[in-house]
Amino acid sequence: MAERYSSFAPGGTNWLLQRITAAFLVVVLAFHFFLLHFWNHAYEVTFLGTNARMETPAYFVTMWLFLVTATFHGVNGVYNALVNQGLDGTQKTVVKGVLVLAGLALIVQGTRVAIAMAGGIA
Amino acid sequence: MSQSYDRGLVEDFGRWKEFSAGMWAWIFHKFTGWVLVGYLFTHIAVLSSAIGVDPGGSAAASETDAYTTTLQGLESLFVVRVLEVGLLAVAVFHILNGLRLLMVDLGVGLEAQDKSFYASLVLTGAIVVASVPTFMSGVSV
Repeated sequence: MAERYSSFAPGGTNWLLQRITAAFLVVVLAFHFFLLHFWNHAYEVTFLGTNARMETPAYFVTMWLFLVTATFHGVNGVYNALVNQGLDGTQKTVVKGVLVLAGLALIVQGTRVAIAMAGGIA
Repeated sequence: MSQSYDRGLVEDFGRWKEFSAGMWAWIFHKFTGWVLVGYLFTHIAVLSSAIGVDPGGSAAASETDAYTTTLQGLESLFVVRVLEVGLLAVAVFHILNGLRLLMVDLGVGLEAQDKSFYASLVLTGAIVVASVPTFMSGVSV
């Protein structure tokens, strides 16, 4: 049972991007959970507390990259899971279009949220 | 170069009694992935309450703005805390098994891929149990 097995066709751009975003997300998701549940407590979160964190450029950029990479990784993962289940033909094209639109909408809304948290106008 | 082997259809869930450790890892990774992407959309929806809050306004200063009251209101619910513990379990497993998958992709330690799946499960359980007091503090049924 030592042969290589992966859900993705290896070598493709999406395959590589899924791995690169995974490596980034492992670190940032763990950081996010630790910061907002152990260092700070979720039940004590206030707008001004969030605002103070998001006004720090490095934190803002990290969180925005977190949004973009998580969206890509999640939406691409859903797409590949559906392809594994046998999605094909027109359905595959339609699902791909819907997922791309949903992903872009999430990034737009998430960016508006990030700007609002940093005290800008969104 | 990659190789493939005939594992049978893992998509055929009716064969679950025949599944090996690696196949269970695959299924758990899919399931936790679905939960996490669903949560991501929900999370941004909830955090959207930050839009329109004025950082210099009196509502933000007195912690009565829409964002603060929405988040603290949700956190005051016992069921939300239970769901958060579930989310932690799902996220920790996905992270640990994801590290395992990166190793598999790099061809590192393939002979121990089943053991590393069991290790992911045990470590997830330990981290979640140890985190319960933190996640459940300041809330009652």
